[in-house]
Amino acid sequence: MSLQIISIILGSLTLASALLVVFSKHPVRSVIYLVVTFFFITSMYIMMNAQFLAIVNMIVYAGAIMVLFLFVLMLLNLNKEAEPVTTKGSQLAAFIAGGSLFLVLITALKDTLTLGQTYRAHNDQIGLVKQLGNLLFTKYLVAFEITSILFIAAMVGAILLAKREKQIIE
Amino acid sequence: MDTALLIEKSILVIVLFLISLGAAAYMTYFERKLAAWIQDRVGPDRAGPFGILQPIADGVKMFLKEDFIPAKADKWLFIIGPGLAMFTALITSAVVPWGPNLHLFGREISLQVADINIGILYVFGVLSVGVYGIMIGGWASNNKYSLYGAIRASSQMISYELAMGVSAITIVLLSGSLSLNDIIAQQSQVWNVFYQPVAFLIFFICALAELNRAPFDLPECESELVGGYHTEYSSMKLGLYLFSEYTSMFISSAIMAILFFGGYNFPGMSHFSGNTLALLGIGAFAIKIFIFIFVIMWIRWTIPRFRFDQLMHLGWKTLLPLALVNLLISGLVIAYNNGWF
Repeated sequence: MSLQIISIILGSLTLASALLVVFSKHPVRSVIYLVVTFFFITSMYIMMNAQFLAIVNMIVYAGAIMVLFLFVLMLLNLNKEAEPVTTKGSQLAAFIAGGSLFLVLITALKDTLTLGQTYRAHNDQIGLVKQLGNLLFTKYLVAFEITSILFIAAMVGAILLAKREKQIIE
Repeated sequence: MDTALLIEKSILVIVLFLISLGAAAYMTYFERKLAAWIQDRVGPDRAGPFGILQPIADGVKMFLKEDFIPAKADKWLFIIGPGLAMFTALITSAVVPWGPNLHLFGREISLQVADINIGILYVFGVLSVGVYGIMIGGWASNNKYSLYGAIRASSQMISYELAMGVSAITIVLLSGSLSLNDIIAQQSQVWNVFYQPVAFLIFFICALAELNRAPFDLPECESELVGGYHTEYSSMKLGLYLFSEYTSMFISSAIMAILFFGGYNFPGMSHFSGNTLALLGIGAFAIKIFIFIFVIMWIRWTIPRFRFDQLMHLGWKTLLPLALVNLLISGLVIAYNNGWF
């Protein structure tokens, strides 16, 4: 019972911080609220005893990607005057795009109740690093290797793009 | 929940908190004395015999100074910054096993707050979040020099985290576990530094960079940036930034001792048992931490600061490839020893 209360509290906090990301006026504050949201998601993984996923979520999203976001935003020096002017058309387009994404998410998530059943059918050790490693390197080996090749391709592409301009510092 | 366990863990947390703060306070004294010794001066000697009350005097001074917030600063983030820095510096100590189990009041007391099976990843997770304190504080000050400091800190952090992570993975390969307890147990005969000297060197250099210590103290480089990210800070907010630097130095010395120098293992360990073993283990661990702290301070007063582009080149073009090659070779050797080919 107490577990349920904790997860309800965590869920509402996650939603609240996610909403703050959208509604806060200043981009830097938005990013900071996003970091907070990632921390709440991490805590949810911990509630499911998925320690490895939790910590990877923390290192990759809260640690690396958000630091890069913040880094770029700090360099841009955004303020009220620099805010781009939006026309009625672009607002409508954004509304339609966001709405369709929301619709897709709802249709995808309506099966989560049954998914919860399958999760409970597994043992609660499934999220620990040993079980995860075993699964990744036996049952899902091909998918795992293909993902890593995709990542390497993306990295090589990024380096190529960055290399095209001549280095100034030598 | 077992009440005795709860009490035991709470006491451990409080003791660790006090030890980390006390160690950080006396490290400032030690650093100044060491600097004085290296530069053939006397150092602080006014407060108490040999100046040993100096950290207390400094602390009181910090608290009594005027607490100033610049008019154009982002007030909340300006306040949160130093708090975050201190918080992330302190929470790493939760997974550090400080010694073998103690036997007190008929209970076996583990000297580790949380034995999670991904201990080393937790350390890296906290480390990667640790830069937020500096970034947020530096940005919120609304000052060019602070912003430069914050940007330098974050880019330095991202660059050196990679090589550090790769060299830690070699250790994980050796021990076959992410738990710090297993990593220490696996080193009971031979310390990892004898198997992995290159990984240790890379890890140590990266740790210096992550700590913003000389020769990598670009974020607070006083000859270019006034005071770096804490230019606008005063009073205990500044104190917290300085304090968090020393606390993280203490904790990362502990992590290096665990990963490469056997943690609380010491030669001739099998001759002891029970509480004697535990106390000797804690002592051995403390000595290792102290030696690391000494070396880090020694480097600060010996080697001049890097230029920023040199720092980036060292991180990306030297340390990362070296760490990757080291990982590949150790992986091959381990596979060969397991009879894979």
